[in-house]
Amino acid sequence: MSEITINHYLALSSFMFVIGAVGVITRRNAIVVFMCIELMLNAANLALVAFSSFLGDVQGQVFVFFVMTVAAAEAAVGLAIIIAIFRNKQSLNIDELNLFKW
Amino acid sequence: MNQIGLISWALIAPLLFGIIILFIKRESEKLIKYISFFGALISFAIFFAIYLKFDKTIGDFQFIEEHVWISALNIKYKVGIDGLSLLLGLLTVFITPIAIFSSFDYIKHKVKEYYILLLFLEVGMLGVFVSLDMFLFYVFWEAMLIPMYFLIGIWGGEQRIYASIKFFIYTMTGSLLMLIAIIWAGIETGKSLQQGFTSDFVEMSKYLPMLDPNVQKLLFLAFALSFAIKVPLFPFHTWLPDAHVQAPTAGSVILAGILLKMGTYGLMRFCLNYFPAATIYFAPYISILAIIGIVYGALVAMVQTDMKKLVAYSSVSHLGFVVLGIFALTPEAMQGAAIQMANHGLSTGALFLLVGFIYERAHTKEIAKYGGIAKIVPFFAFSLLFASLSSIGLPGLNGFIGEFLILLGAFKSNVLSSHWYAILASTGVIFAAVYLLWMYQRVCFGDVKNQELKHLEDLNKKDLISLFFLFVFIVWIGLYPNTFLQISEASIEKLIMTVVK
Amino acid sequence: MNDYLFLAIWLPLLGFVFNGIFGSKIKTEKIIGVIASGAVFISFAMFVYAFFQLIEKPVEERSFVVTFFEWIKVGSFRVSFSYLFDQLSLTMALIVTGVGFLIHVYSIGYMHGDKSFWRFFAYLNLFIFMMLNLVMADNFVLMFLGWEGVGLCSYLLIGFWYDRKFEKSTTADAAKKAFIVNRIGDFGFLVGMFLLYYYFGSLNFKDIFGAIGSVEISKDIYTFIGLALFLGAAGKSAQIPLYVWLPDAMAGPTPVSALIHAATMVTAGVYMCARAATIFVLSPIAMTVIAVIGITTAMFAASIGLVQTDIKKVLAYSTISQLGYMFLAIGVGAFASAIFHVMTHAFFKALLFLGAGSVIHAMHEEQNILKYGGLKKYMPTTSKVFLIGSLAIAGFPGFSGFFSKDEILWHSYANGGIIFWVIGVITAALTALYTFRLFTLTFLDKPRFDVSKIHPHESPKVMTMPLIILAFLSIVGGFIGVPEFIFGEGSNKFALWLDPVFEKAKILSFHGHHIEHSHITELILMSIAIIISLSFMYFAYKMYTDKKELAQKIANRYKITYAVLQNKYFVDEMYEAIIVNPIVILSEKFLWKINDVKIIDGFINYLADLVEKISSSVKRMQFGYAQIYAFVILFAVSLSLLFLIINS
Repeated sequence: MSEITINHYLALSSFMFVIGAVGVITRRNAIVVFMCIELMLNAANLALVAFSSFLGDVQGQVFVFFVMTVAAAEAAVGLAIIIAIFRNKQSLNIDELNLFKW
Repeated sequence: MNQIGLISWALIAPLLFGIIILFIKRESEKLIKYISFFGALISFAIFFAIYLKFDKTIGDFQFIEEHVWISALNIKYKVGIDGLSLLLGLLTVFITPIAIFSSFDYIKHKVKEYYILLLFLEVGMLGVFVSLDMFLFYVFWEAMLIPMYFLIGIWGGEQRIYASIKFFIYTMTGSLLMLIAIIWAGIETGKSLQQGFTSDFVEMSKYLPMLDPNVQKLLFLAFALSFAIKVPLFPFHTWLPDAHVQAPTAGSVILAGILLKMGTYGLMRFCLNYFPAATIYFAPYISILAIIGIVYGALVAMVQTDMKKLVAYSSVSHLGFVVLGIFALTPEAMQGAAIQMANHGLSTGALFLLVGFIYERAHTKEIAKYGGIAKIVPFFAFSLLFASLSSIGLPGLNGFIGEFLILLGAFKSNVLSSHWYAILASTGVIFAAVYLLWMYQRVCFGDVKNQELKHLEDLNKKDLISLFFLFVFIVWIGLYPNTFLQISEASIEKLIMTVVK
Repeated sequence: MNDYLFLAIWLPLLGFVFNGIFGSKIKTEKIIGVIASGAVFISFAMFVYAFFQLIEKPVEERSFVVTFFEWIKVGSFRVSFSYLFDQLSLTMALIVTGVGFLIHVYSIGYMHGDKSFWRFFAYLNLFIFMMLNLVMADNFVLMFLGWEGVGLCSYLLIGFWYDRKFEKSTTADAAKKAFIVNRIGDFGFLVGMFLLYYYFGSLNFKDIFGAIGSVEISKDIYTFIGLALFLGAAGKSAQIPLYVWLPDAMAGPTPVSALIHAATMVTAGVYMCARAATIFVLSPIAMTVIAVIGITTAMFAASIGLVQTDIKKVLAYSTISQLGYMFLAIGVGAFASAIFHVMTHAFFKALLFLGAGSVIHAMHEEQNILKYGGLKKYMPTTSKVFLIGSLAIAGFPGFSGFFSKDEILWHSYANGGIIFWVIGVITAALTALYTFRLFTLTFLDKPRFDVSKIHPHESPKVMTMPLIILAFLSIVGGFIGVPEFIFGEGSNKFALWLDPVFEKAKILSFHGHHIEHSHITELILMSIAIIISLSFMYFAYKMYTDKKELAQKIANRYKITYAVLQNKYFVDEMYEAIIVNPIVILSEKFLWKINDVKIIDGFINYLADLVEKISSSVKRMQFGYAQIYAFVILFAVSLSLLFLIINS
């Protein structure tokens, strides 16, 4: 069995990120989009922790706390907005949320 | 130099009163009107005090006041006046109260906002004439656009939105070019002072004339374009008829009386001072545009059917004379141009007031709908004739002094190498008589064709008082102009010396 | 005391201000009339005083300047409200105030009952003020103030009854025409002034006329100045091509026609040329032009006057014709003679016009002479004085007009050439003809109106007294200017009085060569002129009383000529078609609608449209779908990362 190098973690992180990104772009349901955003954020967390561990620098892990806090806050606000939208439009289909169109 | 001088008080007063009005309930219209009028009068009183203390024998700037503003870029709050700015400043503080006073009976909706805007407009206009720092000047220049935009856009005629947007954007386009020029010029001056950037007028006057002539020409054009749009100089004049026709009466009075002078002031103060080589180079071409403006403006005025448009085109014609006077670069012509700036404000201001008065009563500006009203409204008829004669340039009234001096000076100008400039411009006096007298005749003489006009009310006391003050000066300047010529004499002599050397 | 003489000029202005402000509130016409006439009379008295001041001085010192206040001062350019009291200006001032006073008095009667009585007198006073500024000014700019000022008063007075019709248009149109045609002349005056300032550095008479001859200026410049100034004179004094306003000016009340368009304002051009004599004599071309235009206008106008049927029109064309004589005199260097004729013309033309006014009033505003006839019976005084005026203008020996006209004819022969004299005499014949046609048709023969309906009666004393005074002056006025070859050396007092003013002009003039014409020639020429004018007077008298069919036969035989003359050679129509209409159409259709609106403004609006179009296309990038934005962000970031990776 080969050593688990940082590349494995980074590969996993990038897979997670890409899956999340594709999800954000393609999925129609707003809640699923949020889940994918969470996935992207956690992919970044993973990369940070991996680097921190392999470089011996604790700053990476400290930063993860920041990211997690921001992710939590953002999820809370975002879900509140989704609920407000749902109350108005009875639908969470992103295709229908186009009020910013010219 | 660090206290607040008289000039700044003159600027602060209208601003302050405007802010006071903000806090008054919008229902107390009478209170608002009186406070705004009072504020304008304070400004007038302060400026009059400045006039009394002004030394007419020196051509330099007086009452200079300097405060540091943006020290990193060497931009200061610097104000001061010389003869020319004093003359125009007096014009501003004189006409604004009259404009405010004449609006008392006629503005009925959004009264509070109206008077606030007028006061803020006054601050902007005064600021332009007293600024000695380019950046400050630019701020004031742009600042007066906004109240004017609202004045036309809210209280104007049917196509007011089109007119106000056109006015705003047209003027601003020119100003933006001027901004680039200011920055460029500031950097150049800064180089000579090893300072990076400066926008001080005095410094720029010292160093800019030494620039390479080609650079001078470009900078001159950038400045001149902005001012040419404001004057308005042919062919940049098309915003004026629309703006005037759609603006409310007081708006037109201030627009014609003061705003247009900012353009000619700019030409005299900045283009001539900073870029003398370019001035002499471009003088013949600009003079040609001016002469076209004189004749073209007059001919187009002649065939207008709307009274206000007619007066608007007459402004194009009259200001053509002023521009010709400026670029003739002789003492007679430039003094004539200075006094004509004041004259035009008075005469055309009076004409617009009168057109406004009759429009409020008859609800039409179409000349064809009038006729024979001299019997019905004799005071109006007399006033209209008086104002028209002043505009035509009848000797004995103010218009003649300005036009005659300008033409006399243009004729003997060395910069304009041919007599034909003055001769062609002189034909303008014929056309002026044509369009004004014809308009007067169609409106006042003849039979009363339109029966609805039989019950027109004549001018009331307030209207007559507004006109009276304008007329007093029309006669005073016409018979004894030296009072006013002396104000600008020293400064203009200094200016000529700067350019011609 | 002399320092206050400027009041002589400014007093009428006070009259104007007083009557203008309070006139509408004063209910008695008499008060208004007295104030106005009084102001003019006091002016006249002051000028008489000034006259005696001058007489006492030796001939070389007969001029002084009275300054009221400084007007304009810019650099080295300086003009003041300064008045020059010398022989020439005083003569004019006395005429203006003297005849003006008489006309003021007459107007009290003529304008009786008019609801704007006060306005009329206010304007009249203003006119006197302006005219006095014109003739008394000591610089061209103040003269120009008076010049334009009288133009303004002319406008106000022609259009006095501003809601009336006049011929094919309105009185207001006539007023506007007068002002604008005058303004075209004023343009010439302005250019002349500019040239003078350019070459002499000043516009004061003393500076300019003093420097002439000592300054190096080419003859051509003097020609330009002269022609420019003459353009102004032609406008004000109704010469070809700017005379067309005068006949239309008859729309105004008759006293106005008398004062402004006969006695005073129209002579302003003659005065100006006389004052500037030193300039004109230095340009033979300009002098020739003036003489030619003068004599041509004289004959041209006389020919039109021959067939006019409106009493005022006949007199209007007569005025234009007589003015032509005055310019003929100027053109041949006979400046004093021109002013002499100004004076006598003021007397008899004012008389004729005022007389016409009386007739018009008596005939209930009828102005067509074909509807007059036999008025001698009803208006004996008016008829007598009108006869005196007619004899004067036609040049009956002994009357004032005879002496002045004869002097002009003689000088035109002596200094100009026989052709001027011949046309001058022909014109004199025509003058006699149309004048006596007018007199005969109006006062003689039998009434051609319905006597049961119209009862003409003599005018009140306030109107006849001025007429009598003017008649008296028309008779004796000429005796101060009698020809020397008959009455001896020094008998031409008028010429002796005025000649010093033209001393320098005579010295400088190219006509300095004085051809000695024999007295016999002068006598012969005078006799021919007398015989011709007497015969035409008689001929007119006969034709319109006994031999009326003759007039009709001539009219029928020369139908085309008659039509051309009646229609004033179609000059107005030509001006309308060639100048006025093209300018108006050009301005309206092309300059305004096409150029300003479509081209210039269109360009601006096009720019605005362009910006709008660009914005419209660009705005489509705002899809509104957040996912697409996210995709774009992702895409851009990936691309930049790729770029960075490749480059490192």
